Amino acid sequence: MSALTEAEATTGGGGPQPGRRRTRRWTGYLLLLPGALWLLLFFAVPTMQLVATSLYDPNGSLDTGYAMTWSWTNYLDAISTYREPFLRSFLYAGSATVLALLLGYPLAYAIAFKAGRWKNLMLVLVIAPFFTSFLVRTLAWKSILSDNGFVVDALQAVGLLGADGRLLATGVAVVTGLTYNFLPFMVLPLYASLEKIDPRLVEAGSDLYAGAVTSFRTITLPLSMPGVVAGTLLTFIPSAGDYINTRLLGTPQQYTIGNVIDNTFLVQLDFPIAAALSVSLMVAVVLLVLVYVRRAGTEKLV
Amino acid sequence: MGRLGRWVSEHVVLFVGVLVLLYLFLPIFFVVLMSFNDPTSRLAYEFQGFTWDNWLSPCAPFGLCDSVVRSLQIGLLATLGATALGTLMAFALVRHRFRGRSTTNLLIFLPMATPEVVLGSSLLALFTGAGLSGQLGFWSILIAHIMFCLSFVVVTVKARLSGLDARYEQAAMDLYANEWQTFWRVTFPLVFPGILAAALLAFSLSFDDFIVTNFNHGNTITFPMFVWGSAQRGIPPQVNVVGTVMFLLALLLVLSSGLLRRRRTR
Repeated sequence: MSALTEAEATTGGGGPQPGRRRTRRWTGYLLLLPGALWLLLFFAVPTMQLVATSLYDPNGSLDTGYAMTWSWTNYLDAISTYREPFLRSFLYAGSATVLALLLGYPLAYAIAFKAGRWKNLMLVLVIAPFFTSFLVRTLAWKSILSDNGFVVDALQAVGLLGADGRLLATGVAVVTGLTYNFLPFMVLPLYASLEKIDPRLVEAGSDLYAGAVTSFRTITLPLSMPGVVAGTLLTFIPSAGDYINTRLLGTPQQYTIGNVIDNTFLVQLDFPIAAALSVSLMVAVVLLVLVYVRRAGTEKLV
Repeated sequence: MGRLGRWVSEHVVLFVGVLVLLYLFLPIFFVVLMSFNDPTSRLAYEFQGFTWDNWLSPCAPFGLCDSVVRSLQIGLLATLGATALGTLMAFALVRHRFRGRSTTNLLIFLPMATPEVVLGSSLLALFTGAGLSGQLGFWSILIAHIMFCLSFVVVTVKARLSGLDARYEQAAMDLYANEWQTFWRVTFPLVFPGILAAALLAFSLSFDDFIVTNFNHGNTITFPMFVWGSAQRGIPPQVNVVGTVMFLLALLLVLSSGLLRRRRTR
């Protein structure tokens, strides 16, 4: 409430007593404390515990307990064993992100500049599918892409898919689901940054004989970069760790690192290796994000 | 070419946009459709016949309605917790000076930038390390949900609060309102839409969460856990009834709040 303090100072309404000023200095910390403690206890400490677990002796078990042996080899074991699902995670997440950008940009652009009085309705429609359970929507894709469904029929009719070809249980189905599930995370930041663009800039461009393509390439696109960066990150990060789409729309051949972590923790109960995989995923995502943000030059984002 | 080209390009974007919206809605159509499905076998994912039965007996599959109730309970409590803690944090960040601001910002940002599977597994590592793996359930789900909703609440309320014109508060103080009155009569009502939006976001995040819950649920079955569990045995069509009802309720909420806002501005 520093603004209030200033207000009081400017109105000169009775100088604050020294005692009250001291309590006010602590108010910030007091307001912050419960939330910060919660995040510290249930986000920061668990992350450290995860790192510690990843270095435990892999020969231990949940029953006998684990000993801390600083087994860095857990990481080598984990990554060499599960290199394929690891790479697949990034391949699927990358494809879904690119597709979401290709689909999301025209939608965000249409809402920002072409929707007119339908703007608010279209925004509500972008968020609306969110209101139904993630799992139920993903299962709906199972019906849509099913072997006798209209999508497969249509693709077979135009020869894009062989007579016995299928979509379900393939990488295509998984990427379709991922793209779908995280598309709103792409559209909303894109819309937010497109909406801020002053239309007079584009008009000025066309006054100077820039065609539609040129003015898009030199004015609209560069100004919407913060939205592109935020949107791609918000799509990429959750899809890299997602294992719902692979499980429901794919087969074990499509499993990604999320499936492996889930299985190693909860079925095999091999905590050190599972933790090593989890930490590797986090480090890989953070590194990729840092490199990407550096490249895209939007440092204000964080 | 000029005028025609412009007309085409103008409407092509809108047309593509509407197509993408249809892509977003395709699964919703199927959820509604499948809620009327009369499947001949348990593992059928195709529409096989029309029936009202699923809507007349939504609680028929064992455990379905219990899981919805459990998710509602956890969702409400997590929303209360995360909204209270997050709103306080947002006020501290926007209105107060304190040391360690960048560390705090990092602590708020990182949970949003971490894949859910990492959040869930690290909490499991913590609880197991503390010897609590046998007692996981309602409370551990609640702790986890408050944790990952918190950051989203802070960001949402912060956006509203930092967009607030400080002159409203100064005017109230000029008119001899004390700090307490200024806060409850001016600041809070102005920030309230942000808090409400944050609460709605928190509720939908909590109600819908599967991955973090899956690591920390013990034997407690939330609605997403129920869906996941039955995906292997065959999804009862009633799950789609729940999905449709959720969608309709939320849509009603959003549309009515939109109408209310319009009436108020008029």
